[in-house]
Amino acid sequence: MGLFMSKGEIVAGCLAPHPPHLVYAENPEQNEPTAEGGWEQLRWGYERLRESLADVEYDAIVLLSPHWQTYIGTHFLGLPKFKSLSVDPVFPNLFRYHYDLDIDVDLARQIHDKAADAGLAVKMMENPDFRVDYGTITTGHMFNPQWDKPLVVLSSNRSRDYYSVEVMQEMMMELGRVTREAILDSGKKVVVIASNSLSHRHFTTESAIPEDMSKEHITSHAMHLWDMRMIEYFRTGQSQRILDEMPEFTEQAIAESDGGGLSWLLSTLDIPNYPGILHGYGTIIGTGNAIVEWPERNHKEGRE
Amino acid sequence: MSDGELVGSYIVPVHPHTVLAADQNEGWGRLRDAFEEAAQRIKDSDADLLIIYSTTWPSIIGHQIIADPNPEWVMVDNDFHDLGSIPYSFNIDENFAHAWNQANENRGLKSRTVAYHGFPIDVGSVVALKLLNPDNAIPAVIVSSNVYANRAETTVLAKACMDVVKATGRKAVAVTAMSLSNRMFTKPIDPKDDKIHSLKDDEWNRKILEFLGEGRLEDVGQLSRTIHRQIRVNKVVAFKPMWWLSGMNQNRNNLTGEVLAYEAIHGAGGAVVHLDPAASGAGDKEYDEDDVEYFLGERNVLDAQGDETEMVSETVSAKPSNSNGPALWEPTESKDSVNSAAAPKPVGAYPHARRVGDLLYLSGVGPRQPGTNSIPGGPIHDADGKSLEYDIKAQTHAVVQNITRILEEAGGSIDDVLDVTSFLVDMDRDFKGYNEVWADTLGKVGPTRTTLAIRALPTPIAVEMKVIAKAPALE
Ligand SMILES: [Fe+2]
Repeated sequence: MGLFMSKGEIVAGCLAPHPPHLVYAENPEQNEPTAEGGWEQLRWGYERLRESLADVEYDAIVLLSPHWQTYIGTHFLGLPKFKSLSVDPVFPNLFRYHYDLDIDVDLARQIHDKAADAGLAVKMMENPDFRVDYGTITTGHMFNPQWDKPLVVLSSNRSRDYYSVEVMQEMMMELGRVTREAILDSGKKVVVIASNSLSHRHFTTESAIPEDMSKEHITSHAMHLWDMRMIEYFRTGQSQRILDEMPEFTEQAIAESDGGGLSWLLSTLDIPNYPGILHGYGTIIGTGNAIVEWPERNHKEGRE
Repeated sequence: MSDGELVGSYIVPVHPHTVLAADQNEGWGRLRDAFEEAAQRIKDSDADLLIIYSTTWPSIIGHQIIADPNPEWVMVDNDFHDLGSIPYSFNIDENFAHAWNQANENRGLKSRTVAYHGFPIDVGSVVALKLLNPDNAIPAVIVSSNVYANRAETTVLAKACMDVVKATGRKAVAVTAMSLSNRMFTKPIDPKDDKIHSLKDDEWNRKILEFLGEGRLEDVGQLSRTIHRQIRVNKVVAFKPMWWLSGMNQNRNNLTGEVLAYEAIHGAGGAVVHLDPAASGAGDKEYDEDDVEYFLGERNVLDAQGDETEMVSETVSAKPSNSNGPALWEPTESKDSVNSAAAPKPVGAYPHARRVGDLLYLSGVGPRQPGTNSIPGGPIHDADGKSLEYDIKAQTHAVVQNITRILEEAGGSIDDVLDVTSFLVDMDRDFKGYNEVWADTLGKVGPTRTTLAIRALPTPIAVEMKVIAKAPALE
């Protein structure tokens, strides 16, 4: 059928982390708590990312969030609409968000079916009472506060917990490969997003005013060094090195790449060898967070 | 009001199959029957409080306690959403939740209550309350499982909870919502094919259940780290519920245990176990782990003091005092000095005691324990100077015990004490308790006594004594 359709396209891939603190600090009307700002470096980073894509046309956002954790394969939101209240079980004081989002069920099913054909364990999530996780909503809001594009939401298969980073990465490389294939076959223009932090060691205390930026810093020097190493690879197009070092990075920086998002993203982008654009970096309760865009739309030659 | 107590403990599985699909697999059905048997036993025990510690509710900033009196929502499992939805409306004891939160802070724990509409009660708690308390007749509280908490923190969480149970005269039931082995099949299965994921997991589960069936809860607590390594997939929360449950049961090993069911749920080990406080069995233990009363863990994270290793280090009451008090010295040696390895180390250059003729002069003696430098009854403040709840009687007892050790080292006994000067940092609060212990101990020996109020002592203690005693005859 591909013959009669225009070819699909990935216009950009993004690393776009989801700590709920960012939505909290933005004070959107959908979120119940209110803040006096905070984490501006990252929020300005998201602003630059939105700006970068403002004139780029696309049809859907495909997103993998580490906070929909599944142990039996990868799941896909499989109903056209989800509307409810998302309360973060870890930071309920910061995040109680009334969401209303649309799903591109066709695209979700296309990726699902290709993954099933490739032998991956997959399942469509079709229970209307299901609540969408706060990671999806935070990244969804920060990336596109108008919520005017449909999403495809993939769960985080915790294969790392069951086996190892290496096995997880193998599965995510395969999932990324079929995700790319399904998108190109779909005829749609798509942004793909991995929603995860880099180093992921939290403070175990919270200051009286959560947005008190005089208290915010990386938890340790080692975490900082790992984050900067990864950012250097992002900025210089060394994706293969990221994948090669994923086991060490994930273990030593307790990185949120354990959810598979970053490996899946790089595979979906066919392991880009062009520079990613760093839109921002900052810490959130001690964890390291980078906002990075790989503008695949500008690097089409030789990538099909 | 009579003292509150724990009237029973239960271990129950977390996955939603027992609520939504008990008819699809015989084992799930047997777990469901066991839940119903447990519910009946709880009802028969006249319990008036259900306390749920759930491993499927992870937290990062200390522990969280549900304090919404009537949380209502519809729960859908992340993995098993196709089994259906579980609507819930629970009866939460918000007063107990707030009191527990306060008791946690008194014992040095980070803690907060959660009372937001729409807060997602986790699957383990929902399943437990749905099946153990179907008509909501018994008010409940639910506590999270902290991702970073170790044994010290988890044990102190239990003690703080029991502080409130006792103080409020409750008849409480403690429940841990947890899997044994937690490795599930990573592909969908036909319900009739369910079994424990591997023979090794099954053997470990049976060993754990053998211990629990014999009421050996503390043994399972002490094996927690081993169990975690052997049969636990590293999900968000490690195998720590047995620390909490054993803490709730005074770390006893001679409870009366009964395994009501043990079955597989999608490969994981699910069991319903009842532990009755009635004594049975031998009750001996392999060894006693630290009996931690107060959590003195890292509190300066936000100020960037200390490096990574310090941040994650486990800090218990056995922590050397240099983080909460002055450095320790070896006692000085001279011809007439009397020093004892069985007494706490000095905080300056002085001996434990000095002999002059027929008299023995002791340096000020406090309650710190030799070796561990811990303070029975707890320190009076933390490393930041924040006041902590402490027990003056336990401290006074420990002082008398240390005096006894020093005198015995000198060849004498507590009966040799002639004159005592006591120092209290809070006369109003502590004189009564101190005086009671005195009457039971040194009061029976009969030394003269002077009691003074002072502003502070060098270590975080509330009482110190300066003693003059008869010196034992020299050989
Ligand atoms: Fe996260």
